[in-house]
Amino acid sequence: MKRIFAYLLPVLALTAVLSAPIPAAAQAGDTQAEPATESPPESASEPAKPSLSALLTRLGDASFDEKAAIVDEIAASGDPQAVPLLRALSGGNLYVRASDGLAAVSKGEEGSETYTSLTGDPVEAEGLEKVRVNNMLRRKVTAAVSRLGLLSPKADVRLTSARAAFLEHDEEMLPLVEEALAKETDSGVKTALQQVRAAIALTSSGVTDDAVVAAIDVIKDRGDEDARNLIKPFTESENAKIKAAAVRAANAINTSLGYWAAAQNAWYGLSLGSVLLLAAVGLAITMGVMGVINMAHGEMVMLGAYTTYVVQDVMHSIAPALDTVSLVVAVPMAFLVAGLAGVAIERSIIRFLYGRPLETLLATWGLSLVLQQTVRTIFGPTNKTVISPSWMSGAFEIGHLTVTYNRLWIIIFSLAVLGLMMALLRYTRFGLQTRAVTQNRRMAAAMGIRTDLVDAMTFGFGSGIAGIAGVALSQLDNVSPNLGQSYIIDSFMVVVFGGVGNLWGTLVGSMTLGIANKFLEPYAGAVLGKIFVLVFIILFIQRRPRGLFALKGRALEG
Amino acid sequence: MSPEPIGGVETSAILYLDGVTVSFDGFKALNALSLVIEPGEMRAIIGPNGAGKTTMMDVITGKTRPQHGQVQFAGKHDLTQLDEAMIANLGIGRKFQKPTVFENHTVEDNLYIALKEDRTVFSVLFAKRSPAQAKRLDELLEITRLGPHRDILAAKLSHGQKQWLEIGMLLAQDPQILLVDEPVAGMTDAETAETARLLREINKTRTVIVVEHDMTFVRDLGVKVTVLHEGSVLAEGSLDHVSADNRVIEVYLGR
Amino acid sequence: MTPAVRTALFGGASIWLLGLIAALAVIVPAMNLLMPPDSAFHLSAFAVTLIGKYLCYALLALSVDLIWGYCGILSLCHGAFFGLGGYAMGMYLMREIGDRGVYGNPDLPDFMVFLNWKELPWYWYGFDNFGFAMLMAVVAPGLLALVFGALAFRSRVTGVYFSIITQALTFALMLAFFRNDMGFGGNNGMTDFKDILGFSVQSDGTRCAIFVITAIMLAAGFLVCRAVVHSKLGKILISIRDAESRTRFVGYRVEHYKLFVWVLSACIAGVAGALYVPQVGIINPSEFEPANSIEAVIAVAVGGRGTLVGGIIGGVLVNAVKTFFTGTLPDFWLFALGAMFILVTLFLPKGVIGLFKKTGGIGVKLPGLGKLASGAAKEAKP
Repeated sequence: MKRIFAYLLPVLALTAVLSAPIPAAAQAGDTQAEPATESPPESASEPAKPSLSALLTRLGDASFDEKAAIVDEIAASGDPQAVPLLRALSGGNLYVRASDGLAAVSKGEEGSETYTSLTGDPVEAEGLEKVRVNNMLRRKVTAAVSRLGLLSPKADVRLTSARAAFLEHDEEMLPLVEEALAKETDSGVKTALQQVRAAIALTSSGVTDDAVVAAIDVIKDRGDEDARNLIKPFTESENAKIKAAAVRAANAINTSLGYWAAAQNAWYGLSLGSVLLLAAVGLAITMGVMGVINMAHGEMVMLGAYTTYVVQDVMHSIAPALDTVSLVVAVPMAFLVAGLAGVAIERSIIRFLYGRPLETLLATWGLSLVLQQTVRTIFGPTNKTVISPSWMSGAFEIGHLTVTYNRLWIIIFSLAVLGLMMALLRYTRFGLQTRAVTQNRRMAAAMGIRTDLVDAMTFGFGSGIAGIAGVALSQLDNVSPNLGQSYIIDSFMVVVFGGVGNLWGTLVGSMTLGIANKFLEPYAGAVLGKIFVLVFIILFIQRRPRGLFALKGRALEG
Repeated sequence: MSPEPIGGVETSAILYLDGVTVSFDGFKALNALSLVIEPGEMRAIIGPNGAGKTTMMDVITGKTRPQHGQVQFAGKHDLTQLDEAMIANLGIGRKFQKPTVFENHTVEDNLYIALKEDRTVFSVLFAKRSPAQAKRLDELLEITRLGPHRDILAAKLSHGQKQWLEIGMLLAQDPQILLVDEPVAGMTDAETAETARLLREINKTRTVIVVEHDMTFVRDLGVKVTVLHEGSVLAEGSLDHVSADNRVIEVYLGR
Repeated sequence: MTPAVRTALFGGASIWLLGLIAALAVIVPAMNLLMPPDSAFHLSAFAVTLIGKYLCYALLALSVDLIWGYCGILSLCHGAFFGLGGYAMGMYLMREIGDRGVYGNPDLPDFMVFLNWKELPWYWYGFDNFGFAMLMAVVAPGLLALVFGALAFRSRVTGVYFSIITQALTFALMLAFFRNDMGFGGNNGMTDFKDILGFSVQSDGTRCAIFVITAIMLAAGFLVCRAVVHSKLGKILISIRDAESRTRFVGYRVEHYKLFVWVLSACIAGVAGALYVPQVGIINPSEFEPANSIEAVIAVAVGGRGTLVGGIIGGVLVNAVKTFFTGTLPDFWLFALGAMFILVTLFLPKGVIGLFKKTGGIGVKLPGLGKLASGAAKEAKP
């Protein structure tokens, strides 16, 4: 049990963090200072100042000095579009139409650019003219943007700006940073600003040794790659005091980065583990509880994925507004489709082969070929794309850990499915009957349980769970006729490793294999890592032929 | 954890079990079981279901490893360190409760496979049937009264015939001890009496341990009886002696 | 029916089979080499190679039958042993190319030059010697089987558990051989072979010679297997298949017997692979695909497991059907194969050969095989 909690805790911690409000700034990443969602696009500018478009009409053919003046005016305009506009300008991506002052940002390769307005709407290339910049202007723009950002009334904007300023650590910004620091009330932003000041101190000339040491200590606390790069030169310093501080700081950062890298690997591992769990948990029912080796289990997953595709397609053509919930609709549909397929398979093939697992293995392998080819015939051999709804795309960061929403949802989903299944087996009449039949078939029959019905239902249930796994996999992988094949061997490994007939074993098995895979990858590469894991399992089964969570007892010895 | 080193006990016993404990997930199938069998003895083991009779057989034949205790054979072999095949080759033969013969082999081949001979892979690969072996096979077929059926598949024998074939296979192994688990289950009265006769015959040259439920049969054998209960010895002595024991009556006979 | 009679009966069947193989070994090359190309009796080089391939698959199926039909061990990795034998032959053929490759490098095969390898890896040493390469075609799969089998059988991994880890084994090998830095040609494997022992692999004469050798090896493999299954050891194998634990109590070290027949079977599969490669002219990691191993198993099931003749018939039959479907109805091949798996296991447990035999002889009562082999899965029920 302890081991299981060791696996569950990080997941619980993550869900707890998620439910707490996350600063919007954290989502935008720390290199961009773009307050993208700040305000509606067409908000009116104040009448006292010249409107943005009026300023822009003049920008096209102004001299560099005139442009500098216009930049100041734009910065002072207070217009929410000022920041993206200025960024585009310093990046050399800004185009204006002299006729009406329309500004456009270019994207793409030179010669095949596309243009969008500052709000992201597409714009015709007609009449657009590039605004030329020089270095003087660029510095000016940078300073103006920093100023707008660091003195913004919104704390999250200030924070992202401070982070951007840290990377630039331009000596000329020092007065601005000091000014912002003096006004700052938010502790998080304050720390960030202090780090900016320290970074500037490290890179400017004429700073006292003590100040450098103090700066190194401040920057150390960031604990990231950028901080390490800033400190690195000082580890070679001739001043012993500075060198000692720098080496200490660099080591501390390395350690902390190592932990974060491990955490990231663990996260990827959990994510892979949850996918394996979804794929294997149905198998744990059919193989673990019923003792049926279903090589077509992967195809049940594949059927679930195709059901997701069909549901999405149909819903899109009937009610495009409901696109975002098609995935939710797909879950019960996939369960039904795969579950019914499972019942049909059990009734038509597997029931004749009970007690003959090797024959079952062969027959279901044949079945998997038939199912794959059927799907290939109907849907074609090419991959189908299932679109991720908005609530599943994107990512957020916890410290230096990037967490994508789709993987997070799948982890939660897989645990929910496992929990539901355990509850169903433990507390419902169906679960009771299933356990009765698998423990003592004849006794169960004698007590009036329709054993053949229970067999069919149990198999259908396991297959239905596989179908649900297919819904989740459609979010991570290509939906193709071979989808199931790529997971079946791993799923078997999970069940065998975890110990047949034990759902906790399946959970621990899948998470262990997922994490082991991801921890091996950086050292051995994806393929070799997988080989290591397979070899490990092969050796493990030699040591403990009944798996990790083997049920000990007389019945096993038979 | 590990059993004490062999030779710690000087004994004349052919089979010596001391403090043997086997537990499955907390359930103690054998609880500090001690049992001493002298050479040439025939012993009947009785006890209610779950008393640990079959587990005891499993421990002696190497199928189950005890968590504690010693199991010695002929005073020099520590059976807890050996696997089933090694123990069988030392001279401990076992007959299962449910007759298990090789159904896809003929009666004669079943005996031939069991015949005592070098069992390393390559000597078996190049084995030839010697005249001495052929003679021994004839003898065994005679003893088990299966001569007329020697060329039919063992699968086609009746239940009683299979029991006899299995006993024949045991004899073919030429063991020093025979462990016989419920030899007369499912037999007719005549077959039962005949089996008792056969076991007494065998006991002239070998040690025999019989696990049995059938009290008439145990009485027929007329040997020392050990009563097992909850994994330990409850009583030991003649059948009349143990039948008079109040605890035995309570847990077993009196029900 | 006495054992003597049964042996004679099987002897009769095997005489027929050996006669058929001998006839093929004479008639096929004769029809290719002696008949003029426009004759109705002329057999194209393609057809010779095709029949030769069938014989290789038959040898592979024979090896699977030995281990599955007689010892109850369902191997899902015989394709890997086949592939290893094939790679040993492929390595020899690559070395034979010498400096006639695209890059003209006398020391390194083309793919190594392409990957900027500077020198031949140590495990390629000796493969320019035909005798050594052929030895490795047997030793490499045999060694893998020995190590894997020793571990698995000692730990008493049985039934479907064993099958599943054999599948993982061949899967791991497939992934490994797909890697370029393994030094076996990666994804593309080895191809563009020029000659074997100085004879062009393309010429009709060489093709026919390889065909004859394949036929001889098939006959030899059959006789070896037959000698094994008719020895006392063969009886022990069947005992293990039907009642493993009982066999232990009779005093046989079951793991040793399994290991012996497992390694023997792997070596035979390796020979089949080595013969296969010069005929098809290519070896690549797809030989390690789990599906290939399972196809060999189903060939045995179709032919009739537990009879050596059945294994050979199945190997030829399934692959002939495959040729037919992939040639005429490629989309239906997988349907046909899948249906074959299902129908044979459900309705034809003794295979095609079971249709012709009233009493099953050695192969009688096959359901018992499954019951016993069920091992872990059933027992593990809570």
